[in-house]
Amino acid sequence: MSETSSHTALYDQHRALGASFTDFGGWQMPLKYSSELLEHKAVRAAAGLFDLSHMGEVEVSGPDAGAFLDYALVGRLSAIAVGKAKYSLICTDDGGIIDDLISYRRAEDNYLVVPNAGNAKAVAAALAERAADFDVTVDDQSSRTSLIAVQGPHAEQILLDLVPAGQADDVRSLKYYAATEVTVAGLDILLARTGYTGEDGFELYVPNESAAVLWNALLRAGTPHGLVPAGLACRDSLRLEAGMPLYGNELSLGVDPYAAGLGPVVALSKEGDFVGRAALERKKAAGPARKLVGLQGLGRRAARSHYPVLQDGQTVGEVTSGAPSPSLGYPVAMAYVDAALAEPGTELQVDLRGKAEPFRVVPLPFYKRAK
Amino acid sequence: MSNIPAELSYTAEHEWVSAPNSDGVVRVGITDFAQDALGDVVYAQLPEAGTKVSGADVLGEVESTKSVSDIYAPLSGEVVSRNEALDADPSLINSDPYGEGWLLELRLEDAAAVSSLLSAAEYEQQVG
Repeated sequence: MSETSSHTALYDQHRALGASFTDFGGWQMPLKYSSELLEHKAVRAAAGLFDLSHMGEVEVSGPDAGAFLDYALVGRLSAIAVGKAKYSLICTDDGGIIDDLISYRRAEDNYLVVPNAGNAKAVAAALAERAADFDVTVDDQSSRTSLIAVQGPHAEQILLDLVPAGQADDVRSLKYYAATEVTVAGLDILLARTGYTGEDGFELYVPNESAAVLWNALLRAGTPHGLVPAGLACRDSLRLEAGMPLYGNELSLGVDPYAAGLGPVVALSKEGDFVGRAALERKKAAGPARKLVGLQGLGRRAARSHYPVLQDGQTVGEVTSGAPSPSLGYPVAMAYVDAALAEPGTELQVDLRGKAEPFRVVPLPFYKRAK
Repeated sequence: MSNIPAELSYTAEHEWVSAPNSDGVVRVGITDFAQDALGDVVYAQLPEAGTKVSGADVLGEVESTKSVSDIYAPLSGEVVSRNEALDADPSLINSDPYGEGWLLELRLEDAAAVSSLLSAAEYEQQVG
């Protein structure tokens, strides 16, 4: 606990904006600036500005880059087109999840792999170790790269205010899970249409020395569009409503992709071996004992992480994340429950500090934006 | 820099208690420090009038999107009323924790027991 946590390049901006801070993955990150509910609602209705510089960035380059990532990750990364991104997992030999990550293919022989903050070092180390037999260079750029996200229905309009007229179409036509290089506020950045909120939005990668200029430009351009700076508290409630897993809650070394509902992310059909293949083939054949489900609270009290899930007084699972949903007005939770009880409509209970309250299994996500 | 009014009494669980009126009734709420730590309150579950409580009983709870806190009986007595305005607007607990955001009123078994609680100065030491 005495380990000092790191500051992002935007720490002074957050302080000036009155943020309260929390430790997350070894970083002092803004928890909220004013009110996490206001920030949550701003992202759903307008836009929010997030500092995500605690996330890792690992560049994988070289002639074998695609083949290497096919071996190191569970997906078929060699198959994605230049300019596209893919959600994938990095697993251990026994099929446990080291991290979930997004990989951007920036060139035929160049990928940017983005792990979670708390796992960035472990992922970079695993990639470096797995690279031994491949002609690739693995470069952990986390400490010199900042990541800023603009999320919400007004995100595109805000970006359009900051790119040169000649690049407006590049922004407008950028597809979900795609990335391109554009000039924002005079800075050359990698712009990705990705996010973790369930809304349209962008993630912008820049060197640390440009982060403050970019942050201030986005805040200035975004304010007339209803953008507010947004902290990790609302990021968590937004991703929960969107049914997105959080490493450490829904995902861990002890969880396999099939239990987490991420079976389709595992490309068992791809050629050649990959780390975890044999174990994952066995796990797929056996089927998971427990499955990740969405739970809707039928009362007003919310389930929280680690609360037991019950049926008729017997423990049949455990909550991984839960909160009163700001957008929906009722409690939502994700939980691992016995596979036989994972069908939507199943009536279960959650032990809320000694009292069993009714919850129902519902499909994920809880919240889906209107197209 | 949380606000700790000098005229109130406090508990270690971050609740405040007003001075008893002539009927031995006190108001109870959570402190500014507690509301700030909890975040935006979205739901307060409180006991109905007539509920008899003993000091340190769990009476209810206050939930935010990110957390939940139990509400404890600061002293023994009977619930006289709960703040029904919180049903429609639980954010009063955040915006005015010592005023419109009060939780409940208790008729104390022993009005003198208020003197056993923490003073503002003592509570300030705890949260400082």
